[in-house]
Amino acid sequence: MRSLRLAAVLLAVFTGSLALALAQGDSRHSGYQDMGPALRKMQDDDTANPAMLFVQSGEALWSQKAGAAGKSCADCHQHATVSMKGVAARYPAVAGETGEPVDLEGRINLCRTNHQQAPALATESDELLGLSAYVALQSRGQPIAPPNDVQLAALRAKGAEIFRQRQGQLNLSCANCHDDNPGKKLAGATIPQGHPTGYPIYRLEWQALGSLKRRLRNCVVGTRAEAWPFDAAEYLALESYLMERARGMAMDAPGVRP
Amino acid sequence: MANVLVNAPRTAKKGQVVEIKALIMHVMETGYRPGTNGRIIPRNIIQDFTATWNGREIFRMRMSPAIAANPFVSFSAVASESGIIAFRWSGDAGFVAEHQVAITVT
Amino acid sequence: MTPRRPERSEAKSRDLFVRRRKTGPSAALRATIGRRSFLAGAVTVVPFAAQATPEVLAAVIREVTGDAPLREGRVTLDIPPLVENGNAVPLTVKVDSPMTDDDHVKAIHVFNEKNPQPHVFNAWLSPANGQARIATRIKLADSQKVVAIAETSKGEFWSAHTDVIVTIAACIEDVT
Repeated sequence: MRSLRLAAVLLAVFTGSLALALAQGDSRHSGYQDMGPALRKMQDDDTANPAMLFVQSGEALWSQKAGAAGKSCADCHQHATVSMKGVAARYPAVAGETGEPVDLEGRINLCRTNHQQAPALATESDELLGLSAYVALQSRGQPIAPPNDVQLAALRAKGAEIFRQRQGQLNLSCANCHDDNPGKKLAGATIPQGHPTGYPIYRLEWQALGSLKRRLRNCVVGTRAEAWPFDAAEYLALESYLMERARGMAMDAPGVRP
Repeated sequence: MANVLVNAPRTAKKGQVVEIKALIMHVMETGYRPGTNGRIIPRNIIQDFTATWNGREIFRMRMSPAIAANPFVSFSAVASESGIIAFRWSGDAGFVAEHQVAITVT
Repeated sequence: MTPRRPERSEAKSRDLFVRRRKTGPSAALRATIGRRSFLAGAVTVVPFAAQATPEVLAAVIREVTGDAPLREGRVTLDIPPLVENGNAVPLTVKVDSPMTDDDHVKAIHVFNEKNPQPHVFNAWLSPANGQARIATRIKLADSQKVVAIAETSKGEFWSAHTDVIVTIAACIEDVT
């Protein structure tokens, strides 16, 4: 209970400071705006953006029956272009079935295991990335709108704490780069503000599509810390905090990033 | 077959120069990278890309390991006659992918 | 589609392509150099090749042009001067040509100086293209020179080259 109250206070402080920032003119921007014209063009053109190849797979999976229930996503949700509009902009959220917070990938896998009675899709598999990219695409241009929920507030507070926690051999926190030094250079690369507007992203470094979780792991490894395992609660907390931090910003998934 | 995204106009005026873009899912493994076991991952690239307009070749490209993963190619063509623009990618390990689009020329 | 956990099964994200080569040219490159040395005795060295272009690049260019002179001009090579990631560098080559039966670009060849091998692509064109223009995305292992050569139906060779700075990504993943 105590941590919940603390979370509520932290959230109030955070929301307050956010409102202040907005009043002073929003200086937040997406990593898209840190890229040069060539990479922006790559993202903007759906027949040049390599992430769209993965979206194509996701779209095919959407209407493909799976599991013992013999159901497809479309059997329940019909047209993703209608039913999934703005959905990715609201995750992480609390899942109805479990009462626990999940991210979009977690939500897709809950549908897999509960409604389709199919095995969960592997983390960072082409299937899971394709589906989440197809769903995220339906939120393009939509404002990031994390739900108001006490449980999520606690998670965001935890995420905020991790964000400011120094770690690794370089003794760096997320905030050291993304709050204190965005726009400056780190090994030749521009440090972005770290807003998760475009996930899953086609990262040129990966030459593939990847999730926010994978990107967070890269950052953690970058500080020379040991990355948390893929199922660690830290990611969900960070994701929740980052979405709150980017509240109101427009989604541009699936993004291209260097 | 590998995922393919082609962008070509569905209609064009005769004699108009149209832009054709083609994107295909492929790792384009260079043959110069070590895997996690320290051994070099064998080369796996698309070597040839061709486009034909009603069977007549209008563009051909020979790729090297220096072409980026998920190759993107854009080129121009004069809209000659209505018909089919066909694309074919082929490469290492017997890789073949084909795609067609229809175009009406008025 | 196979499930994939990047920290285990994926190759080192940092391409060998992107690693600085310290060990000198590969056997294939040495063979090419040998061939070039052989050819060098037989051809006139043109001003372009006389620049600070490494031997291998000069040799592969010579394989395309043969004895014909290589002139600068008519070709526009568009690459961002500062590349944000060498794994996918947008590149556009345009050639000033009427693209008629009598006078058109037959081929466009692109080469690089410091990748493990010098070829990037060869593309064959005809008047059916209407315009001599190609866009693609390439890998560049390091900051280096990129050269585009247009071969015309009249047997002329025109070229453009550009120096590109490739920046290295800061945060990449471990491979353990």
